[in-house]
Amino acid sequence: MNGAKILLECLKKEGVDTIFGYPGGVVLPLFDEIYSEKDIKLVLVRHEQGAAHMADGYSRSTGKTGVCLATSGPGATNLVTGIATAYMDSIPMVALTGQVNTPLIGNDAFQEADMVGITRPIVKHNYLVKDIKDLAQTIKNAFHIASTGRPGPVLVDLPKDVFTSQMEFSKYPDQPLLRGYKPTYEGSKVQIKKAAEMIEKAQRPLLYVGGGVTLSNASEELIKFAEKADIPITTTLMAMDTLPAGHRLGLGMLGMHGTKYANYAVQESDLLIAVGARFDDRVTGKVADFAPHADIIHIDIDPSAISKIIKVDLPIVGSAKNILPELTKEVKKKEHKEWLTQIEQWKKDFPLTYRDSDSEIKPQYVIQKISQMVKDDTIITTEVGQHQMWAAQFYGFRKNRTFLTSGGLGTMGYGFPAAIGAQAGNPGKLVIDIAGDGSIQMNIQELATAVKYKFPVKVVILDNGYLGMVRQWQELFYGKRYSHTIIDHSVDFVKLAEAYGAKGIRIEKKQDVEKALKEAFAYDGPVIMDFITAREENVWPMVPAGAALGKMIEGELA
Amino acid sequence: MTKTKTISVIVENQPGVLARIAGLFSGRAYNIDSLAVGETEDKSTSRMTIMATGDELVLDQIVKQLNKLIDVIKVVDMSQESYVERELALIKVNVAGKDKTELMNVVNVFRARIVDATNETYMIEVTGTDEKITALTDLVKPFGIQEMSRTGAVALTRGKR
Ligand SMILES: Cc1cc2nc3c(=O)[nH]c(=O)nc-3n(C[C@H](O)[C@H](O)[C@H](O)COP(=O)(O)OP(=O)(O)OC[C@H]3O[C@@H](n4cnc5c(N)ncnc54)[C@H](O)[C@@H]3O)c2cc1C
Ligand SMILES: Cc1ncc(C[n+]2csc(CCOP(=O)(O)OP(=O)(O)O)c2C)c(N)n1
Repeated sequence: MNGAKILLECLKKEGVDTIFGYPGGVVLPLFDEIYSEKDIKLVLVRHEQGAAHMADGYSRSTGKTGVCLATSGPGATNLVTGIATAYMDSIPMVALTGQVNTPLIGNDAFQEADMVGITRPIVKHNYLVKDIKDLAQTIKNAFHIASTGRPGPVLVDLPKDVFTSQMEFSKYPDQPLLRGYKPTYEGSKVQIKKAAEMIEKAQRPLLYVGGGVTLSNASEELIKFAEKADIPITTTLMAMDTLPAGHRLGLGMLGMHGTKYANYAVQESDLLIAVGARFDDRVTGKVADFAPHADIIHIDIDPSAISKIIKVDLPIVGSAKNILPELTKEVKKKEHKEWLTQIEQWKKDFPLTYRDSDSEIKPQYVIQKISQMVKDDTIITTEVGQHQMWAAQFYGFRKNRTFLTSGGLGTMGYGFPAAIGAQAGNPGKLVIDIAGDGSIQMNIQELATAVKYKFPVKVVILDNGYLGMVRQWQELFYGKRYSHTIIDHSVDFVKLAEAYGAKGIRIEKKQDVEKALKEAFAYDGPVIMDFITAREENVWPMVPAGAALGKMIEGELA
Repeated sequence: MTKTKTISVIVENQPGVLARIAGLFSGRAYNIDSLAVGETEDKSTSRMTIMATGDELVLDQIVKQLNKLIDVIKVVDMSQESYVERELALIKVNVAGKDKTELMNVVNVFRARIVDATNETYMIEVTGTDEKITALTDLVKPFGIQEMSRTGAVALTRGKR
């Protein structure tokens, strides 16, 4: 069997059904094998960055490891942003890249790029396979590393002669060979007991929940724990979908664009229980003033996440999935009436809101409408900018793994290919990309992919004619000097959709919003909706960079 | 408060491992004072001895981040152990027209050796801890140090493993 065929056999053993990829010289032997492959579908993208984000969106929405494939040199370097995006958000992904023939490596050969070197700081691990004999074991290791412990992307660089050389292949290894890698899943019993004691004593406990709960599918375990101990929950951007919107204990998002009541709760709490969250600077604001009255318990699978930013009082290393049920057993049933009453009062006094209008379409209104109209299992992806924050604030998430957004790297151009990847992994579900008119142009070429494979993704452009998030900062902190953030009339999105063979709808009046959404959701194919929205709407509330979390600013509301 | 820590790291003996470690330090802006690499009793592994400086949080992170690398098999924070640490240095000193006996006295006191001699220069070989080597270099500095090469520290914990 040749290496290309062996690779496909290994991928099948890993349960891979879809690869997002693009061909080129050194991967020709692999594409030749794919030509007659029945069990794995290759989705041909239009730009390799799209392939990486699709693999990522596939992974976030299904929980399985996403796979992307590119040729050597420029194909491989085009994956870099997508790999970094997955790395920052701890997404399991295997990136396969072609490489020049082994004897040529290091010679500046045609289309040679040192991918192992280039991606080293943005992968969980990477490999260069130099001998066909190592191929199967490397693939086993790669999938194991990507999907266990703190997940992340793994790159496997595959020289052309590894695809073409021959070897007997009878058995896929059933174990990874990794003596230096042993993630911890079970939390220390002693630490869990101590945590329960701290929780027992606390008057104003608060759960600060992050992507680790999403990644380990521990929503139910979280809710059981919170309900028994009667502890309110605030979630990061990466965990908006871990708790159904409107839950009695839910406070929405914390941080820079979090709700006032969530941020006040952080600042007033006497015990902060961080679960699978990493104290990002968008969350903490000024670190020295973060949760000043609270002891901190931190549950995280990655020891290096603990006390990285803020010294915690009680670390528990392990998976949220395993630790939360243990903790639920240890804690006593409780009520925190006074604390929850205080929070209710904040919710009344400082609600998350915006000033609606009849003459203009407010972006928040569109998102609320979508939220009201769709089923619980609808998958929302976003690009990066104001629209992303409004999606987090005004869409009511109801199910785990329904919110796909680039939080850590903040990659414009993520949402659309991620939506396609999510659609590939979830045929039949409604998948919507909430986009800005800037971001959508970063990977718009993938509209061809959506049309070709009949992925009926819906793109909602909240078109303000600005690079809105940057404009907001210029308005607030740079004296309204809108340096290079005005992008109005850059393209006719309806014609653009039609040029690709998709459906395009422009919506200019508030009363047409619902009708257009209905039409788009009913349409059997990809749709681009261009909502012409209020131009200079801002995202509120906002903690200015470097300020303490309680010091939120706000424009005129309601 | 900044401190210096000796960390002993057992890694897979594979190409690219050194780059991963070096990249970790440069990418996260950690200060590395010295790094020595060599084979161990087991040919499939190498030992890297790293001396790094930083405050407690940074040093703590360095150990955690090293542990996180897939090719790292074991990290021993030597400051938690009783251990022996040695470094070797070669120091080429100007001797033309200088009092060689004074230099020889220094060399003897430090139990160092002269391993090469010409009319103009002596080469001193010395092993010991970082402090010892620094002390010796300070004393021979007045003669004029032409060139120096230090290996960086290697270390092993005492007693049975
Ligand atoms: C324009 C913009 C604005 C933003 N504003 C905000 C904001 O206002 N508020 C906000 O919250 N974010 C905001 N973000 C996102 C922010 O940058 C970070 O991406 C986010 O806060 C990190 O989320 P997290 O702490 O949940 O960590 P993640 O990046 O999701 O990390 C997951 C953590 O869980 C751990 N983990 C993984 N698996 C497990 C497991 N099985 N068990 C336990 N732990 C596990 C990991 O080790 C890691 O520490 C913004 C981003 C952008 C682009
Ligand atoms: C690839 C990339 N380049 C630049 C940025 C910086 N950036 C963050 S938000 C933003 C503007 C986004 O504009 P748009 O997509 O129109 O969304 P809006 O904020 O208007 O909703 C920019 C340029 C980024 N996050 N990603």
